[in-house]
Amino acid sequence: MNFPDLTELALRNLRESLLRNSLTTVGISVGVASLVAMLSLGTGLQQMLSRRLEKSGLFDTVFVSSRRDLRSGRQEERSGPTPGESRVLDEAARMEMEHLPNVKEVFPDIRFSTELQFEDKPHLTMISALPLSAKSNDSFDGMQGSFFSSDTAPEVILQKSFAEELVGKTPPLGEPEPSVVELAKPLLGKALTMRYAQRGESADQPQAQGPENKENEPAGASYSVVSREQKLKIVGILDLDPESMRGPMRARVFLPTRFAENLHVMQLVDLREISRAASKEPVYSSISVRVKDPSRIQGVEDAIKKMGFTTFSILDASRSLQQVFRVLYAFLGIFGSLALIVASIGIVNTLVMAILERRREIGIMKAIGASDGDVKKLFFAEAGAMGIAGGIIGVVLGWAIGQVINFGTNVYLKSQSIPPEHFWAVPLWLVAFAIGFACFVSLISGLYPAGRAAKLDPVQALRYE
Amino acid sequence: MTTAPTIPAALGTVAIRSENLFRHYRMGESVIRAVDGVSLEIRSGEFVALLGSSGSGKSSMLNLIAGLDRPTSGSVFVQERDLAKLSREELAKYRLHVVGMVFQSFNLIPSMTVTENVELPLRFAEVDRGRRDSLARESLERVGLKARMSHRPSELSGGEQQRAALARALINRPQLLLADEPTGNLDSHTGTEIMDMVRDFNRELGMTVVMVTHERALAERYAQRMIFLADGKLVDDRDNSPSLGTGTEGGRA
Repeated sequence: MNFPDLTELALRNLRESLLRNSLTTVGISVGVASLVAMLSLGTGLQQMLSRRLEKSGLFDTVFVSSRRDLRSGRQEERSGPTPGESRVLDEAARMEMEHLPNVKEVFPDIRFSTELQFEDKPHLTMISALPLSAKSNDSFDGMQGSFFSSDTAPEVILQKSFAEELVGKTPPLGEPEPSVVELAKPLLGKALTMRYAQRGESADQPQAQGPENKENEPAGASYSVVSREQKLKIVGILDLDPESMRGPMRARVFLPTRFAENLHVMQLVDLREISRAASKEPVYSSISVRVKDPSRIQGVEDAIKKMGFTTFSILDASRSLQQVFRVLYAFLGIFGSLALIVASIGIVNTLVMAILERRREIGIMKAIGASDGDVKKLFFAEAGAMGIAGGIIGVVLGWAIGQVINFGTNVYLKSQSIPPEHFWAVPLWLVAFAIGFACFVSLISGLYPAGRAAKLDPVQALRYE
Repeated sequence: MTTAPTIPAALGTVAIRSENLFRHYRMGESVIRAVDGVSLEIRSGEFVALLGSSGSGKSSMLNLIAGLDRPTSGSVFVQERDLAKLSREELAKYRLHVVGMVFQSFNLIPSMTVTENVELPLRFAEVDRGRRDSLARESLERVGLKARMSHRPSELSGGEQQRAALARALINRPQLLLADEPTGNLDSHTGTEIMDMVRDFNRELGMTVVMVTHERALAERYAQRMIFLADGKLVDDRDNSPSLGTGTEGGRA
């Protein structure tokens, strides 16, 4: 029998005992739905996590520092050129990195500790610069106020704990923290005065002024330090801590990068690097290089290493994460398949019942010339049709279940004032795989009944009324 | 139906030959000898009646000729094919192309319309749809059932169902028509109609007909030859043709 005839007859037979076959199909679709639900949860979680990680700026960023910076004590990790070839992390190096392929942006890590005055009270804190691109960082979810209006604006964003300190509301341990909305009210739009040490523009008249002068002049180098004041406008209060992983070095106050650069603040590293700097150009303690695509990070990292710098990225961490997800997939897949296997037993049952009911019909078909193969194919087609139908319904069902769970979870997250997440994804490959797998399992289930139907003795089958 | 009889043209060559044919069934401890050493020859174009009481082995004999069953020993040759030596696949092909069967209980598939039932063998023969339709139409026209094409078997009378079954048996143009008590479920009037049709097939299409029946009167009226079976053995084989030639018209009244 050819394929269209087979399909037609199979569908007709399925319609004949509609209820039973529908129930079997529902069984398959529930199985497929559970498989789809499990795997789309896995996929969704992975996507969510990599989205988060990408936003965190860790996975697409290479941290570059000069090899001469021995302070970190990580000398043993270094490889490649000997220290003699190492270079100063200056503007020229920065420009060179900017022109590497796949590099999205390069910005210096400006980080200094200084005093901020708010309503005449001094507060000592760590300040760091943020590029405008950091806006997409999910640390800024739930920020009050707004992000920097431009890269050069004299504006400042405060971390919540520093805001608490400014308004004098630091809660004792164990008590509920004031909400960021509450903190934002008295602070947004207000001015802060930052007092800092500026590296002098003129190299020939060394001056030492102000209490922040940490001058300890190395031989041969000449520079000046000027004490400066700068008024800053508070534009935002952060709820989350973008630098939580930095430990004691973490900053609680943030400035726009370009603005911070132009301040020429005296940084710790200057004291060591200044002697090597040939010109008045700034020297950076470290630089962050963001790549266009996290998968390109290795190439960029290697290129920077060749330039003679020390690099660090969290690439390896992301690799092991993928491994974890592979295991998670396998587990979710196995649990999801269980329901489908149970459903496949339903197919066997339904088809064996159908053989008993259609004994005579099989006998007739054989008497008028159907081969064993024809009968077998017919039962196979019925199993396959149930599989495909169950697969399609199951995918839709699985998707719907996912949507409902996602919605429900987000309602819960909202009630906990956590921003909503999309952790459910049904990619196209999953749809194709689920339908294909349902069809495959159904055909396997059809093997035994089809074989049994094919072997039916027509004389026996026709004997009884 | 109007043309002159063409029997002699095909007569002569052997269509069916059985040699020392045995078919035994095991039923628990006892062995049932359904067919017990039958040797016979049926010539091409013959109309043969297999007669006997129930349990005489006539239906078993028919199933062996139809290739639905295999002999315990001995052999059946149909047009020089040894059915015992054919594979299951080849037997199916043989049933599809060489044999047409009609049964006492019609054996139409209830979920299919008359047309679908009639064209079912063509599906197994992988004939394309267009040709299938025209052949089914033609076949149904021959049995006078064109008006009932899209009905289901349950909506037809017994006679109509048997006519549909005849149309199905006819559709692959088989050389052999095997009928197992074709009038058993019909009243005598409808039975006569069906038998007339079978005789027409025999005469006009040159089909060899083997009919199993326990009604001797029916056999005498239509068959050219009567073979009697009892307890699986051939007990009598007699020619019936002279009475047929003259008794046809009178027998119908």
